[in-house]
Amino acid sequence: MDYQVANKTAYAYTGGKAFDQKLPTVVFIHGGNQDHSVWILQSRYFAHHDYAVLALDLPGHGRSGGAPLARIEDIALWTLALLDAAGVKTAALIGHSMGSLAALECAARFPDRVSRIALLGTAFPMRVSPDLIEAAKNDEPAAQNMINIWSHSTHAHYPGNPGPGFWVMGENLRLMQRQKPGVLYADFAACNNYATGLERAKQVKCPALFLLGNRDAMTPPRNAKDLVNAISAAKVMTIDGSGHNLMGEKPDEVLDALIGILKT
Amino acid sequence: MAAPRHLQFDTLSLHAGQQPDPVTGARATPIYFTTSFVFRDCDHAAALFNMERAGHVYSRISNPTNAVLEERMAALEGGVAAIATASGQAALHLGLATIAGAGSHIVSSGALYGGSHNLLHYTLPRFGIETTFVKPRDLDAWRRAIRPNTRVLFAETLGNPGLDVLDVAAAAEIAHEHKIPLMVDSTFTTPYLLKPFDHGADLLFHSATKFLGGHGVAIGGVLVDGGTFDWAASGKFPELTDPYEGFHGMNFADESTVAPFSLRARREGLRDFGACMSPATAFQILQGIETLPLRMQRHVENTRKVVDFLVRQSAVESVAYPELSSHPDYALAKRLLPRGCGAVFSFNLKGDRAAGRRFIEALKIFSHLANVGDAKSLVIHPASTTHFRMSDAALVDAGIRPGTLRLSVGLEGPDDLIEDLSRGLRAAQKG
Repeated sequence: MDYQVANKTAYAYTGGKAFDQKLPTVVFIHGGNQDHSVWILQSRYFAHHDYAVLALDLPGHGRSGGAPLARIEDIALWTLALLDAAGVKTAALIGHSMGSLAALECAARFPDRVSRIALLGTAFPMRVSPDLIEAAKNDEPAAQNMINIWSHSTHAHYPGNPGPGFWVMGENLRLMQRQKPGVLYADFAACNNYATGLERAKQVKCPALFLLGNRDAMTPPRNAKDLVNAISAAKVMTIDGSGHNLMGEKPDEVLDALIGILKT
Repeated sequence: MAAPRHLQFDTLSLHAGQQPDPVTGARATPIYFTTSFVFRDCDHAAALFNMERAGHVYSRISNPTNAVLEERMAALEGGVAAIATASGQAALHLGLATIAGAGSHIVSSGALYGGSHNLLHYTLPRFGIETTFVKPRDLDAWRRAIRPNTRVLFAETLGNPGLDVLDVAAAAEIAHEHKIPLMVDSTFTTPYLLKPFDHGADLLFHSATKFLGGHGVAIGGVLVDGGTFDWAASGKFPELTDPYEGFHGMNFADESTVAPFSLRARREGLRDFGACMSPATAFQILQGIETLPLRMQRHVENTRKVVDFLVRQSAVESVAYPELSSHPDYALAKRLLPRGCGAVFSFNLKGDRAAGRRFIEALKIFSHLANVGDAKSLVIHPASTTHFRMSDAALVDAGIRPGTLRLSVGLEGPDDLIEDLSRGLRAAQKG
């Protein structure tokens, strides 16, 4: 579904059902250099289980217009603006990687608009290694390869995602390749430069789920510890055998954990 | 920091898509001989049917053994998804039928396996799908043949029977200029010799019966989606970009940015046409793929020795192998196929049909049959078998001469193969 935010097209996938703002709303925020399709299974599930779903394409990603936003704070404001455009007063925010920082920022700054958050593959600070950020700037294919390898724990998934026969690593690589040049670097820079995560975490009052992969080489679980300790209502779940691409590698486990926090 | 490395092709051939069975510890891929899979509860059932959870429902649509084969092939080809089918022909049909329907048009290379030619030339027109055939080397002919309703360009990576080498990048460029995909039959090259997605192809399929299985024991096919083609931007594929009432109103391009083709092919094509692969076949093909790199190296080594022998024989008029400087695609093959041009090729004997028959009947190691890509060496004489009803003039029109023989060089000792061919050549000359 297309909305208008800041005079630009803002696309949100609604889970295969028409968006109904009367239902409790769940917003999915993707990570760097990706789009809404990383949430296919989870977003379809909630849309068909009495939730209104908005799986976003952030500005400059997927079908949304404009340029990628330079700061996590800007992504948070844009997300709020999209909620306004969709007529949504409060929503649960589920974010992955870069998207998790945006969800955190929203929950801290707009507590009356955010009912709960789930932060997947998160860390603070979310520093990107100098080699990777350099590659993102000057050699996107090399950077995409690094990310794809570091984001997965295995070369076999049971079953593939979104179903049997799908090669999870191949899909992830193609999805990164599908984004516009420069998006990857802009996203990494936004993650790298986000400095207020701990302060924001201390302000979060809503229920918060941390969903972490025990084999995540991009954002290892230990790098989420400070955030976890800073949020009073934090719950942590670690998914065994998952790398950074939790929704791709362990879609059922992710869904079950999200069902848990949304039903709380 | 050292850049991480992808697993090598040889390693993916053994490991992609499969880990030891988490329940039993079985190292080999188990054969899941079951038609169907128990649901945990009603909500789980509904979620599987509605693509809210990943999993298996019914083995016509998916099966855990087949999924290992599919994911391994997608990995080896550098694609996003694959679908195992009952045969190579089923894979070709599934690929075409997913994006073409009544009123659609296909542009195809004319240098095709006979079964593929039959499907395009005789059968698909009954369902309203027309095909224009072009010479694969004539790039302008590809361009001229494209119409507003053309939905795909199609060719074999190594054409039949003369081993026309497809300039994949050039054909892909033409396809993409017209916002349509390029689909290739990669059976003769396998991903070990050529990875068409790296050169711009969008879809490919294999007759897995041939080199992938490699042992001549199972019929199967695999359709692979490169995930490269932007179906939504094309605007020519409402099958993928509009709601499909046959599957809960799903808009496949909304669901998956990179693999809407595979979603529809499985959820419509496998479901409705039903040309699925048996899990026993998937297991057999997987056994073959485990040694694909080793076998292809040996196939090519043996083929080079056989070709080198044949070109020096006075009883042989010509040999069509792209590594020979006499082949029209010599330069292209050198660039595109540095690991070799496969193990199937044709050569022309001097003499008539009878000479061809004498050659065939004198052979002791080469098996006379209608297949290629076996571990064992194979031979066929089209003028006295597949094309025996044709006159000599009609044969020439089809690119076949009375003395044309097709070899599929296997893995035997090369000296034994050469001795066998010498025996055949002597017999041929005795007439």
